[in-house]
Amino acid sequence: MSEATSLLASGHRACAGCGAAIAVRQVLEAAGPNTICVNATGCLEVTTTPYPQTAWRVPWIHVAFENAAAVASGIEAAYKALRAKGTIPKDKKPNVIAFAGDGGTFDIGLQALSGMLERGHDVLYVCYDNEAYMNTGIQRSSSTPFGAATTTSPAGKVIPGEMRKKKPIALIAAAHDIPYVATASIAFPADLKRKVKKALEVEGPSFLHILAPCPTGWRFGTEKTVEVARLAVETGVFVLYEITNEDPLKPIVTKKIKDRKPVEEYLKLQGRFRHLFKPVKRQDIIDKIQEEVDRKCKLFGVDED
Amino acid sequence: MMRIVKGNEAAAIAAKLAKPDVVAAYPITPSTDFPEKIAEYVANGELPHTQFIPVESEHSAMSACIGASAAGARACTATSSQGLELMHEMLFIASGMRLPIVLYNANRALSAPINIWCDHQDSISARDTGWIQFYGENNQEALDLMLMSFRIAEDPRVLLPAMTCIDAFICTHTFEPVDIPSQEEVDAFLPPYKPTHVKLDPDEPMTLGPFGVPEYYQEMRYAQHLAMKNAEKVIDEVFVDFERRFGRKYSKVSPYMIEDAEIILITLGSVSGTTKEFIDKMRKGGKKIGMVKLTVLRPFPSKELIPLIKNARVVATLERNISLGYGGAIYADLAGILINEEKRPLLIDFILGLGGRDITFNDLEEIVKACEKLIEGERIERPVWIGVKKELV
Ligand SMILES: Cc1ncc(C[n+]2csc(CCOP(=O)(O)OP(=O)(O)O)c2C)c(N)n1
Ligand code: SF4
Ligand SMILES: [Mg+2]
Repeated sequence: MSEATSLLASGHRACAGCGAAIAVRQVLEAAGPNTICVNATGCLEVTTTPYPQTAWRVPWIHVAFENAAAVASGIEAAYKALRAKGTIPKDKKPNVIAFAGDGGTFDIGLQALSGMLERGHDVLYVCYDNEAYMNTGIQRSSSTPFGAATTTSPAGKVIPGEMRKKKPIALIAAAHDIPYVATASIAFPADLKRKVKKALEVEGPSFLHILAPCPTGWRFGTEKTVEVARLAVETGVFVLYEITNEDPLKPIVTKKIKDRKPVEEYLKLQGRFRHLFKPVKRQDIIDKIQEEVDRKCKLFGVDED
Repeated sequence: MMRIVKGNEAAAIAAKLAKPDVVAAYPITPSTDFPEKIAEYVANGELPHTQFIPVESEHSAMSACIGASAAGARACTATSSQGLELMHEMLFIASGMRLPIVLYNANRALSAPINIWCDHQDSISARDTGWIQFYGENNQEALDLMLMSFRIAEDPRVLLPAMTCIDAFICTHTFEPVDIPSQEEVDAFLPPYKPTHVKLDPDEPMTLGPFGVPEYYQEMRYAQHLAMKNAEKVIDEVFVDFERRFGRKYSKVSPYMIEDAEIILITLGSVSGTTKEFIDKMRKGGKKIGMVKLTVLRPFPSKELIPLIKNARVVATLERNISLGYGGAIYADLAGILINEEKRPLLIDFILGLGGRDITFNDLEEIVKACEKLIEGERIERPVWIGVKKELV
C-alpha cells in the first residue's frame, strides 16, 4: 500500500523508527479499510491523534489505558445489535481491532482482556510490545525482559536492571482456548500479515502479540528498528508461533531458526543492556539470559536442525 | 398496567421499554436484579436484538457501554456503591465523549467498613463527573425517571449520560404498585437513538477520544458545561411531555407546605415520603415547616430553588452523605447559590441515615429543634450529626 493511501497516515508524532507505528501499518495493510480500531492510552494513541489532527484513516476510538478490550467488546456487541435490529445492513460487519501496548495488555488491561477473550467477542486484540511504559518515560512493565534497564528497574550498583522475566502473554491468551493466537514481528511482514488475516477470518476472539522495538526506550539508532526486531527472532529471544484451538496447548512455530545467533548480538545493540557490557562485562547475567532463551527455544522447538 | 414490583424491577422494566441495543452490567447488591432481569428478558426473547454483555467488572461495564454508544447503540447499565466507584474513571470519559449512556444506581454506602445499605455517598461522589443525576423517591419514580433519562440524555441539545438514583433496599427491594406504560406509548415518547455527532463507521471514519491539547481542552469542557445548561431546559420539556402522555407530573424541585414555612427541609430520595408525613404531624402542632425535594441534582436546579427557599428563616439539608472535613454536599451547593441573594435564610446541614441507618421522626424532631435554636440566635457548629451513638465512637 502506498504512502498516500496508508490507513495510518504519515506525519504522526511517533519517534523516527518507531516499531509500534510500523506494526500498526502492517496490521492495517492486512486488515483493510473495513476496520474499526480501539486504541489504549500509550505512545501509539498520543502520537497519532493530537487534536485536531489524526493519522487514522479508519474509524478509531481511544477511551483509556486499561480497557481497550472492553471498549472493543461494546463496539462488537453494538454492531451485532444494530444488524439484528435492521438499523444497518445484515452484511455490515467491520473488523474490530484493539491496539494496546504491553502495559495496557500485560498489566493494567489484563482483566479486561481476559473478560473479552472469555466472552468470545469477535475482536482481534493486538498488543504492540515495546517492553516498557514508553509513553510515561520508559518504566518497567511485566513485559520488560530480564536484565533490561528502565527508569523503574534501573541498572544500579547492586541490582543490574530488571530481575523478573517477561510474562508469557500469548500463552496466557491461548489458555482462554480462543480460536487464534499468534506472535509476530515487524521484521517479518509477510508472516505478520498472514497472521492478521487468519485472525480476522476466525469467528470469535484472536490475539496477536507483536514485538515492536522502540529506539527511544531500548536506546538504539533509529535506522536499526527492523534489524533489532529481526535479531530478536534470529537469537530466539522472541519466538514466532501461532496457536489455534485445535490444540491450545501446542504452539506451532512459524519461523524455525537455523544456526540460532547468540543473544549477546541482540543485547549489545541496545543501550538498555549496556550495563551488562560496561564498565565490567556481566557474563553471569548474559549467560542467564542465554540459558533462558535456550530453554524456551527447546520447549517451543525453534531450532531447525 | 399496574403491577407490584421491586424498585430494581421497575428500573429494569424501564430499560426494557427503551429497547436498548447493548446492556453491559455487573452484579452488586442491591442493584443485581437489574442485570438478572435484562438477562432474563434476552433469554426469553423479549428483547430480541439486545446484546447483554455479562462483563467481568463495572469498569468494563462502563467501558463496553462507551464502545457501544460510540458505535451508535443505545447503551445502558446498572450498578451501586463500589461498582460506581470502580467505574468512576469511565464516568468522566462517557460524559467527555458526549455519549448518552443511561445508568441505574442503587444508592448504597461506600466501604470501609463494607456496608450494603442505603446512603447517597456513591452518587454524590460522582456528581462532578458530568452526568445528569436524577433521584427518585419511590419505585414509580424509578421507572419514570429511567425512561425520561434516555430521552433527555439523547436529546441533540444535551448528549450527556444520565443516572437515575434510587435508595438501596428502601426502594430497590420493596414491592410497590407501579404503573407500567405500554410499549406503544413508550415508543411514541422515546424515538430510536440516531447519533450524528459520533459514530464508529468505516464508511465515514472518525477519530474519537483524541489527545486533547491545552489549546482545545478547555473548549471541550466548556461545551460540556453548555450541554448541562441545555439540559436544564430539556429536562423541563421532557417532564411536561411525560405528564401529557402518562399523567404523572415531575419537576426538578418539589415543594411541600413551603408558602409560610419558617423552616424548610431539603430532601433527596426516599426520605421525602417520611418527611412529608412528619411535616403533616408538625403542622398539626402549629409548626411552620415545609420541605423541598430535589429530583434533579445535576444540573443543579438553582433557578427553581432560590425563589422557593429564600424567604424561609432556616433551610436545613438532610444529607445521607458527608464530604469529610467539610460537611454535607447539598449544603455546599445551596450555600453557593444563596450567597449572592440579598434576602437569604440561615443554612445548616444534618448528616444522618448513613449506611442504612433509619431516619425516624425523632431524628427529624431533633433537626427542627436545632433549626429553632438557630432562629433564636444560638450558634450551632455544623455539620450536625444526627443519631450518632457517641459511646461507640
Ligand atoms: C489508569 C491510568 N494509569 C496510568 C496512566 C499513565 N499512563 C499512560 S500511558 C502509560 C504507559 C503505557 O505503556 P504501554 O501500554 O506499554 O504503551 P506504550 O506507551 O509503551 O506504547 C501509563 C502508565 C493512565 N493513563 N491511566
Ligand atoms: S518512545 Fe518508542 S514507542 Fe513511543 S513513539 Fe517513540 S519509538 Fe515509538
Ligand atoms: Mg509499552
